[in-house]
Amino acid sequence: MITTTSPAATPAPAGAAPSAALVAVRALRRRQGSLNLLLLALLLATTTVALGIGPVGVAPADVLGILGHHLLGTRYDAGWTRTEDVIVWGTRAPRVAMAVVAGAALGVAGAVLQALVRNPLADPYLLGLNAGASAGAAVAVLVIGAGSALALSGSALIGAVGAIVLVMLLGGVAGQRGPLRLVLAGLAVGYALHAVTNFLLFWSDSPEAARSVLFWLLGSLASVQPVMLLAATVATLLGTTALVLVAPVIDALGSGDDSARSAGLHPEHARFAVMAGTSAMVGVVVAAVGGVGFVGLVVPHLARRLVGGRHRAVVPASALLGALVLVVADTVARTALDPREIPVGVVTGIVGAPLLLVLLRRSGAQSL
Amino acid sequence: MIVADDLSWSYGEQQVLSAVALATRPGRVLGLIGPNGSGKTTLLRLLYGALSSPSGVVLVDGDPLRSLRPREAARRLAVVVQEAPGESPLTVAEMVLLGRTPHLSTFQRASAEDHDVAADALRRVGALHLADRAFAGLSGGERQRVLIARALTQRATHLLLDEPTNHLDIRYQHEVLGLLAHLVRDLGTTSVVVLHDLNLAARYCDDLVLLGPGGVAASGTTADVLDPDVLEPVYEIGVRRVEHDGQLHLLFSPSDPSVARPRAIQEALS
Repeated sequence: MITTTSPAATPAPAGAAPSAALVAVRALRRRQGSLNLLLLALLLATTTVALGIGPVGVAPADVLGILGHHLLGTRYDAGWTRTEDVIVWGTRAPRVAMAVVAGAALGVAGAVLQALVRNPLADPYLLGLNAGASAGAAVAVLVIGAGSALALSGSALIGAVGAIVLVMLLGGVAGQRGPLRLVLAGLAVGYALHAVTNFLLFWSDSPEAARSVLFWLLGSLASVQPVMLLAATVATLLGTTALVLVAPVIDALGSGDDSARSAGLHPEHARFAVMAGTSAMVGVVVAAVGGVGFVGLVVPHLARRLVGGRHRAVVPASALLGALVLVVADTVARTALDPREIPVGVVTGIVGAPLLLVLLRRSGAQSL
Repeated sequence: MIVADDLSWSYGEQQVLSAVALATRPGRVLGLIGPNGSGKTTLLRLLYGALSSPSGVVLVDGDPLRSLRPREAARRLAVVVQEAPGESPLTVAEMVLLGRTPHLSTFQRASAEDHDVAADALRRVGALHLADRAFAGLSGGERQRVLIARALTQRATHLLLDEPTNHLDIRYQHEVLGLLAHLVRDLGTTSVVVLHDLNLAARYCDDLVLLGPGGVAASGTTADVLDPDVLEPVYEIGVRRVEHDGQLHLLFSPSDPSVARPRAIQEALS
């Protein structure tokens, strides 16, 4: 038995050396902490500016005043007009809030899933989530003829949950082949459900309905339902907190199944639990905003470049960066071609694809 | 100590191991040797529970491995295997600290004491200076030493290694195994190591299990198992045993036609 009295625990002559390593680790932690604080400040500033941008421009100071008035009950100042108040608080705030929440969820989910399947090209839709959600939405709009945005979101949620359950059943908890089976099941289910959606779009004789499904397929924050905003916020807060707490488990799973087992985990069970939780969070977000691409793929790579590989730092950094990216992308989406609106997924794709190439090129052999 | 009895495993129809039994003792290195495909790695995976034998039992310090919770099993068994080379985004210190996971509750942070254990393990394998380097950026030898440090950080009583000398040049092969033999004697650890190279096995293992087709062909002390009469039929190659500086060495002679040809060919020719 190795106990604390064994030679292993007695400090060796070079007593100063371990504390040097300890100092290095602690310095890294401090740097990660301060980087995350910096990202938070950047996110708050960007959000404030984004709330002021649009057909009616509002100065950041007035935006802060309006937010303070509604959130903290500070005095109503005459510095801004009623119209500005309605535009910032009534129209833009829900949309920007949804961008923050959805971006955070996608960033976190991307980081976690990339680690779980040990593939830098994994994204939050890996398990067929957005295929399920869009199939659900397409059925609701094109087959049943549901009109409201809430009905669209509801059926999308049902579709996403259905897809996860199907993938988990096919990919199975059982088997000792690592995460590959789950990924293949996700691909298969994803292709099948995309085929359903495309067939419905193709068959539809209502261009209007097909257009609304298509817009949603590409991801859009144009019509934010308060209920969905609330649901997505709760899901993202719970999911992200839980994932930060189990970050060491994600680290261990990311180093390989045998390493995870050696760290005292049951790799299949742990991966299943973390994946199910992450997918549930993304499912709610996808139901609310559709399939916004590239955020969940690119943001984790950026986050790792900033704060290193430990998920206790990567998860919060991915949440903050994801929120930041989606707020900016959505601001571009709603203002660039004003008065027409670009689906936000198109913007993230245009910016994200080259960014991904640059990041992967830089990290070289390390991640690919 | 690990005692295994009546272990078996088959991949589909192919029976790789049947009725395998072995026992290890603290402070000794047990080597698993045998030709390609004889099931060395499979046996090791059975011993640490990555595979579960349909028959028999693995006892770790007297308790059936199957009855141990994963965390408890990880406190007793530390594993060094070849996997996921270079994919990890972690630094060396973070990688080694993963070894403390079985000792922490899920939500607990690593304490200063955990850092000391990790630093101590890194110093033991001579890799302390690598602490803040990226694991993915290390050479094969450095990586192997760091993985051994992670296993030591677990403070497990059993150390299981799968071909720790794989991809290492001759100097690092001896360095890694010398380190292992030293640690095992120093800490009273029980160690099981899968080895390909019989001369490395001769130098660094105390006991050997030789796997042949379908199961254990021989087991015992290193000097007993590394006998030409035992090895030749299993490896189908001429073996000569010499002693140099009190150290056992094996010389192989594939040119000897009586043993160089696989038995099937010999039978076809005769």
